[in-house]
Amino acid sequence: MADRKIRALVAKPGLDGHDRGAKVVARGLRDAGMEVVYTGLHQTPEQIVEAAIQEDVDVVGLSILSGAHMTLVPRVKKLLKDNDAEDILLILGGIIPEDDREELKSKGYVHEVFSPGTSLDNIVSFIRESLKEKER
Amino acid sequence: MSDENLEKINKREQEWRNNSLSKHSDRLPEYTTISGEPIKDLYTPDDIRELDYLEDIGFPGEHPYTRGVHPNMYRGRLWTMRQFSGFGDAFQTNQRYLYLLEQGQTGLSVAFDMPTIMGYDSDHPRAEGEVGRCGVAIDSLQDMEALFNSIPLDQITTSMTINGPASILWCMYIAAAEKQGVSLDNIGGTIQNDILKEYIAQKSWIFPPEPSIRLITDIFEYGHKYVPRWNTVSISGYHIREAGSTAIQELAFTLADGFAYVEAGIEAGLNVDDFAPRLSFFFNAHLDFFEEIAKYRAARRIWARRMKEKYGAQDPRSWMLRFHTQTAGCSLTEQEPENNIVRTAYEGLSAVLGGTQSLHTNSMDEVLALPTEKAVRIALRTQQIMAYEIGVTNTIDPLAGSYFMESLTNQMEEGAEEYFARIEKFGGVIKAIEEGFFQQEIANAAYRYQRELEKQEKIVVGVNQFTSEEPPDIEILKIGPEVEQNQVERVKTLRQNRNNEAVKKSLEKLKEVAVSDQNIIPFILEAVKAYATEGEIVAALKEVFGEYREKPLF
Amino acid sequence: MEKKLLQGDRRALARLISMVENDDPAKTEILKKIYPHTGNAFVVGITGAPGTGKSSLVDHLLGLIRRQSLAVGVIAVDPSSPFSGGAILGDRIRMQDHVMDDGIYIRSMGSRGALGGLSRTTREAVKIVDAFGKDIIFIETVGVGQSEIDVVKYADTTVLVLTPAAGDSVQTIKAGVMEIADIFVVNKADLPGKDRTVTELEAMLDLSPGGDWRPPIISTNSLEGEGVRELWDEISQHRLYLEESGQLQKIRKQRARQEFVDQLEYLVKSEVWNRIQARVSVEDLVEDLLNRRTDPYTLAHELLHKIGLPTSME
Repeated sequence: MADRKIRALVAKPGLDGHDRGAKVVARGLRDAGMEVVYTGLHQTPEQIVEAAIQEDVDVVGLSILSGAHMTLVPRVKKLLKDNDAEDILLILGGIIPEDDREELKSKGYVHEVFSPGTSLDNIVSFIRESLKEKER
Repeated sequence: MSDENLEKINKREQEWRNNSLSKHSDRLPEYTTISGEPIKDLYTPDDIRELDYLEDIGFPGEHPYTRGVHPNMYRGRLWTMRQFSGFGDAFQTNQRYLYLLEQGQTGLSVAFDMPTIMGYDSDHPRAEGEVGRCGVAIDSLQDMEALFNSIPLDQITTSMTINGPASILWCMYIAAAEKQGVSLDNIGGTIQNDILKEYIAQKSWIFPPEPSIRLITDIFEYGHKYVPRWNTVSISGYHIREAGSTAIQELAFTLADGFAYVEAGIEAGLNVDDFAPRLSFFFNAHLDFFEEIAKYRAARRIWARRMKEKYGAQDPRSWMLRFHTQTAGCSLTEQEPENNIVRTAYEGLSAVLGGTQSLHTNSMDEVLALPTEKAVRIALRTQQIMAYEIGVTNTIDPLAGSYFMESLTNQMEEGAEEYFARIEKFGGVIKAIEEGFFQQEIANAAYRYQRELEKQEKIVVGVNQFTSEEPPDIEILKIGPEVEQNQVERVKTLRQNRNNEAVKKSLEKLKEVAVSDQNIIPFILEAVKAYATEGEIVAALKEVFGEYREKPLF
Repeated sequence: MEKKLLQGDRRALARLISMVENDDPAKTEILKKIYPHTGNAFVVGITGAPGTGKSSLVDHLLGLIRRQSLAVGVIAVDPSSPFSGGAILGDRIRMQDHVMDDGIYIRSMGSRGALGGLSRTTREAVKIVDAFGKDIIFIETVGVGQSEIDVVKYADTTVLVLTPAAGDSVQTIKAGVMEIADIFVVNKADLPGKDRTVTELEAMLDLSPGGDWRPPIISTNSLEGEGVRELWDEISQHRLYLEESGQLQKIRKQRARQEFVDQLEYLVKSEVWNRIQARVSVEDLVEDLLNRRTDPYTLAHELLHKIGLPTSME
């Protein structure tokens, strides 16, 4: 019986080119046994969602440091909905002020926002716990 | 020091180690810099026995410039206090510039928004949600004029952090200055214009390497002829460091890029002394205090020697490594942001003790958003306190001669030389970039550091040790959606009200010149003066030059 | 869900591949149902050491193929970490231009411990993409261990990608790998040593027995896209050769036999083990081996007897 692996998509939406965090997280997820597809920079929400669907991922991680998150994140969520893929876990990291964090979570756009300084272990635990929840 | 004296000292050191030191244990098994460089418990004259004062250290303002590029450094003139700044539209940023100048800032530094950095107009679909968010939106000469309203461009120098479309924004600045009645030989400043590090670290490229280098050498030539007080490149290590590199990697990769530009200029047929004096640098000031100071000193020495010996530069100004420094953004924490004021102060101090020509100190809230007025004022005051209250400007290069500092400077230089050799093996910087050498080194260092943090081998106060559960409680700057709406309106109106025939012709001409080997700058200037937008000029050039696509490595 | 697949629903396609990868219990039923719809796609294996530019080549090929209005699937396999079991699947990123083209489907897969080779699930994934209706399917392999040789089991045409790496001579390439290639590509042709590499390949081909098809050697530069048109022409030529000579039928027959045999062996093994483990503790018996109270040969026969299988070797 092959073991089930968690598949993740790490994405850089918009024009932001800071990929240090995205790459470190990708490696961290890999070291935790997940299969990680990295989309590369300058992705449109459409490209991200299409990749998420083709790769049938369990979780999409968005990294945004340019301040454009209030536009980009809801758009990704909407496209996931439109494609009947709302069940994919959506998480966010980068430079996200507290208020925006609250709004994105309370409006259901993301499942969680991770601040700078979050440990990789925390992210991995969150993903694993959340997916276990889903399976119940 | 005589060999006899050194032997005596060494003997005594051994005794000290065996008799005194051995009775005490260290807190940690190993002491390393934040980059992982091992540091000894004690440094003695033996550590610098090979050092020759005149050859290796010398005097400030003289080859090899280890002690500084000017003879009297801060006693003659303080470093420029140049806070990087920009948000929203040109009007808002203009207000912030006037505030900063009022508060004692001595030079301007422009932060552009992502669409401007990547060559898109504010009404382009890809710009949506991004206008004015991480810098100021500049779509055309009209915006550039508004940005410097009431700011006489012959009385202040301006640094512009722009790379892919640097030529275009430079031409806008030049045109804005002309409109103020200022002649080109009276304006001073810097454009970052360092495309190599974009491919390596910052990733705000547009065109592929070859045409990008052509644009840069055209800028060298034009600057040399018409804008003599302008620094045509700010060869940067800041972003390489922010992407996760070690200090030695920052040093080595930055200088390697610098040498690559020198070679490009020479290959384009320019005399090295015609453009090298206007090459400048931009380093990071990270947390490890002494490592940073050693890095700057090593940088000056390496550059001076190679420029003279390898590239045959004869003008002393070609040998001088002049640099701007910014304190490390990646060292700031979201948790307990007030602590960042302290971090920034130490980082700024290392830059000053390292002899920087110009300094930006981060604001404490920059992990959350762009700085508020209060936060940036504190950051500016940090510099002013360093300049006026604590005595570090009284003497030049105060740490010279320290056994530790000179030894560490040597260590940094050796580390850099090792990297130069490896880059040579690849066949140069561009080949190494294509093979992903720099990117891989940086990604590895970044991952290693993250793992060290998680194992608490490296401490970040307030984050992985000495934490309080208190959420950050400070005001932050908000950019409202009306900024984008207004800017979109503005650029659309511009397109209607200008002479579109002239714009069209200038863009056609631009494409013609792009395929020739004429200097393209005058033609970009034409287009800019006709109020062609940045996006339109970039699109025209993309047709000829193509677009760059990266091969990412982990 | 198979219905949705056959109707061209790419979400179903993606989901089914996951089910197959995870050995979902419903998997066998699904594979049964789609089997009649397979056998139409032409499968091209792209293999070669890491860093030779396979993904970039596939990226260029996709552009060419789409201009012929053919539907394409790409299965890109990357090595899973032997320590963590995870993987960074980095091939998709080289095919950016094609993400929004709905005639192209790209799926990244980790090798998942298949001893460096291609796993059974890779082959099953190819079947699903085949049934979905793709005309051409590329399998891009890891390029280490067995995968370069395994790919020939799943592909109709196998392309081996090399680069004129400094110092490496063609002789150092693993035995067996050279024999399986139908087409050789020397990529990064602008690097020094290209001519020598080509010459060495030619010399090697001169010496080998070979059949009717002499593998062509094509120089490419995947950064610029040079040589890609020639590569596609040769792939098309090879396909023509296979069809006209009857080789394609042979290959397909062999593959069908192999799949059936593999499946049978897999079932037999599972079934026998299950039965054995239901009756005895194998670990205890291993102790007997260590103490030399019995030997592996006797033990194996005894266990088979225990579950009622006389062996034909008595």
